Amino acid sequence: MYNAAVIRTTVPARPGAGPAAADGDGVIVAGHLTKRFGGVAVVDDVSFSVPAGAIVGFLGPNGAGKTTTIGMLLGLLRPSKGRVEILGLPMPEARQAILARVNFTSPYVSLPGNLTIAENLAVFARLYDVRKSRAEMEHLLDRMGLAGMASRRTGQLSSGEGTRFGLVKALLNDPEVLFLDEPTASLDPDGADRVRETLRAIRAERGMTIFYTSHNMQEVERLSDRILFLHRGRIIADGPPGEVLRQFDEDTLEQMFLDLAREGTSA
Amino acid sequence: MSATAIPAEGPPAKARRKGARPPLPGGRRAETGAAAGFSLRRVSALLLRQVFLYRRSMIRSLEVVYWPVLDLLMWGFLSVYVARLRGGGATAIAFLIGGLILWDIFFRVQQAISVSFLEDIWTRNLVNVFVSPVSTAEFLGATMLLGVLKVTVIALLMAGLALALYAFNIFPYGPTLLPFAVNLILSAWGMGIITTALILRYGQGAEVLAWAVAFLFQPFSAVFYPVAVLPPVLQHVAWALPTTYAFEGMRAVLAGHPLPWGYVASAFGLNAVLFGIAAAVFARVMWVARELGLLMRTEG
Repeated sequence: MYNAAVIRTTVPARPGAGPAAADGDGVIVAGHLTKRFGGVAVVDDVSFSVPAGAIVGFLGPNGAGKTTTIGMLLGLLRPSKGRVEILGLPMPEARQAILARVNFTSPYVSLPGNLTIAENLAVFARLYDVRKSRAEMEHLLDRMGLAGMASRRTGQLSSGEGTRFGLVKALLNDPEVLFLDEPTASLDPDGADRVRETLRAIRAERGMTIFYTSHNMQEVERLSDRILFLHRGRIIADGPPGEVLRQFDEDTLEQMFLDLAREGTSA
Repeated sequence: MSATAIPAEGPPAKARRKGARPPLPGGRRAETGAAAGFSLRRVSALLLRQVFLYRRSMIRSLEVVYWPVLDLLMWGFLSVYVARLRGGGATAIAFLIGGLILWDIFFRVQQAISVSFLEDIWTRNLVNVFVSPVSTAEFLGATMLLGVLKVTVIALLMAGLALALYAFNIFPYGPTLLPFAVNLILSAWGMGIITTALILRYGQGAEVLAWAVAFLFQPFSAVFYPVAVLPPVLQHVAWALPTTYAFEGMRAVLAGHPLPWGYVASAFGLNAVLFGIAAAVFARVMWVARELGLLMRTEG
C-alpha cells in the first residue's frame, strides 16, 4: 500500500509540475493554488500549467479537491492563496473575458428542464453572445447523438441524453478551453465512446484544450495526453499516463487509483 | 454465494431454513406484523423528518408564527379602520381596490426577482449561469426587468377587472399614481435583491422568503388603511418604509387631493437608501458565496 508522503518524494519533478511550471505560458495556469475551508486546506499549494491543445485528465479520489480546484479555475470560488490564469488572463479580474472563451459542463448540473433543447440553446447562445444558425445547432446536436431532438423538453431527456446535451451547451461558444466534470458519467459504453471520439475530433479540428475529471480510469488512459493526479489536495503525479504508471510501478491507472484511495482507510 | 458461505455471525441455520429474518443486534427481531397496517412508528418517522428540517432552518421555524401574526395585524388594523368609517363606503372601496392593485405591483415584482433565481436553483442551472460571462449586474438586471414586464400585465389586468366588476376606474388616476407605482417597483427591486441574496446564502431552506418578505411590509405600509390607524409606535415604523408613502399618496389622490409631491420625494429618498442596502447585502453575499463555493451548489 502506498504512503502519500513516500509517493511525493519518489515522484520526480516533471515538466509542467511545480511552482516553476506555473510561470509558463500555458492556457491554464495555477500557481500555488490553495483553498482552505475552516482551517483545513482542501487544495494545498497546487501548481500546474496546461499547454494549448492538451487533453488533461484531472484525477483523484472523492474529496481530493478536484471540484474545488475547477471551481477556482472557473472563478466560482476564491482561492485562499495563489493565482489562476486562463488564456493568459487573470481570474477573477478578467472573469467575463475568460468565461466568454471557455465553457464547462457536468452531469451534476442541468439545464432548465421546462425548456426545449432549442430554447435552452437559444438562451445560452445569447449568454455567450454567439450567433449560430439552425443548421449549426443541428450539427452540434447530431454530433452528440441528439439529432432531431431540438423540440424535446430538456426535462424529458434520459440521463445520458442530458449529459450529452450538457456537452452541446459546453461547445456552443467554440470554447478555447473546455472544463468537463466527468463527461461520460451516466453514459452507456456507446454514448461514452461517441463523446470521447467527439472530444478528440474537436481537439484535432480546433486545437481546443480540454481539462476534465473522470473516475473512468480506462477512459483517462485512452483519452488524455497528460494526467494530473490530486490526492488530499496536492498534486502527486503529473505527466503522460504511461509515464505516471511507470513511476508508480503500476500496470493500470485503475490499480494506482485504488491503491491511493484505500491508503487512508487501511492506515 | 452458497448458504455455507454465510459468516459465523449470520442467522442460525434453523431460522434460515424457515426463511425468517435474521435477528437484529441485541437479539431483537424486526417487527414484520406492523408492515401492512398503520404504523405510529412510521408516522413518527415522517414527523421526525419535519422536526429535523425545522430545527435546522430558523426561517422555516419562524414561518410557523409569521403568517398568523401578519394576518392578525393586517386584518385587525383593517377592522379598526372600517369601524372608524362613518359612511364613505364608495371611497373605502376605492381605497381597498387601489391598495390591492398597488400592493400587487410591489409583491409581484419582488417575487419575480426571487423566484427566477430560485428556478435556477431548482433546475440545478445556477452553475451554468455563473460559468457564463454574465455579470452580477446583468443577472440582477434581467430579473428586475422580468418583474416589471410581469407587473405591467398584472396591473392592466387587475385595473380592467376592477372596472368591469366593481365599476372602479383607476385609469383616470394613472398618470398621477405613476410616481407611486414607480416607487413601489423600486422598493420591490430592493427587497427582491435582498431576498435573493438571502436565498443564495442560506439555500433552499430560505426559499420561503421569496413569498414571505413582501408581506412583512404589508401591515406597516398602510396598504388598506391609513397610517393613522396604527398605534403611534408603529406609525414611526410605517413612515420609515418607502412603500407607505405610495399607499398614503394613492389614498390622497383617490380622495381628490393634488399629488402629494412630498410623499413622492420621501419615497424616492428612502428607496435610494433601500437600494444602497440591497446592493451592499448582495455584494457581501456574493463575496461570501465565492469564498464558500455557494455558486457551485448543485442542490439547495
